Amino acid sequence: MSDSTATVNGAPEAHGIPHGHEEHPAYLRHHFASVEQQADTTNFAMWLFLLTEIMFFGGLFTAYLIYRNWYYPAFVAASHQLNIFWGTANTGVLISSSFTMAMGVWCAETRRKSGLVLCLVLTFVLGLVFLGIKTIEYSEKVEKHHVPGFHYSVQAFTNPASDPETYKEYKDKPMPLDMARHTELYFFLYFAMTGMHALHMIIGIAILGFMIFRARAGAYTTGHVTFVENFGLYWHFVDIVWIFLFPLLYLISRHQ
Amino acid sequence: MSEITHQPAENHGEHEHHVTPPIVYIIVFAILLVCTGLTVGASYIEMGVFNPIVALAIGVFKATLVILFFMGVKYSTKLTKLTLGAGLFTFLALIFMTLSDYISRAWGRW
Repeated sequence: MSDSTATVNGAPEAHGIPHGHEEHPAYLRHHFASVEQQADTTNFAMWLFLLTEIMFFGGLFTAYLIYRNWYYPAFVAASHQLNIFWGTANTGVLISSSFTMAMGVWCAETRRKSGLVLCLVLTFVLGLVFLGIKTIEYSEKVEKHHVPGFHYSVQAFTNPASDPETYKEYKDKPMPLDMARHTELYFFLYFAMTGMHALHMIIGIAILGFMIFRARAGAYTTGHVTFVENFGLYWHFVDIVWIFLFPLLYLISRHQ
Repeated sequence: MSEITHQPAENHGEHEHHVTPPIVYIIVFAILLVCTGLTVGASYIEMGVFNPIVALAIGVFKATLVILFFMGVKYSTKLTKLTLGAGLFTFLALIFMTLSDYISRAWGRW
């Protein structure tokens, strides 16, 4: 709480009098009383946006919960198709990228320009690694005809032995066709949820690319860290979504 | 003037910008990785109905750590805490109402 905050706060009588920009940092917008109020307001707005995101993904999670209870055998067998190794690896990658992002915010706060650029580049690369692993997983679904649509195949569920890789691990029993066809719903939700998550990653990576250029020019290491901080909130939110997607899609049906 | 330009660097007041030290991030990062290992390990143990419960409990714990420390809610303003709390409450209320509708009717089982 330095004197300057008090000066800006206690200056209503100075309204209308054009005051020079030397009274406050250039990044303080004129409709805010202080840097602190400006930062709190932007933070509040970012959290409101994240709440809408919680509701958005929450709807998908609720749909998954309800359909999993309705078509339980189909959802269990379908989730056996997911590769736990790649899922775990991707969780590690995403948590690491959240860590590098958090360190990036710290670098911006403590005005370490090269550190910030390094952290943003690492976050950018880890984000791409996540998408790369997701591509490996998606392409396997395409090969096995597990993408919902005209080419969807229930063969792996009506005749599990035809899919030896999964069969030797889970020994699933053959399902009647009317239950097996509901596996398509599992994969629909799988692609909707991980696809929406991946779209958020792609948007985040694009913004990261922009931020790397700005950070190299020294934009975030002058004491104004709002942009980096709020992008960090977004990136961590995307991480949290995956923290729930991973166990719900990959792990909880291993034994049924 | 020189005092004013120094202002952002002196962010140590209670209501000013909090800077979380890297050691906190490193500890949280390590705990998150351990929890990921735990949740994968737990999925290989047969626990019946408790498999999803354990998985979700670990997930909630990890998400709480991310929210409190990576997202800095622990050090944020009361307004932010209230906003997040209100949002989570609304989210849970919506899920609760939706599920209570679905479990109290015979629809969907065909």
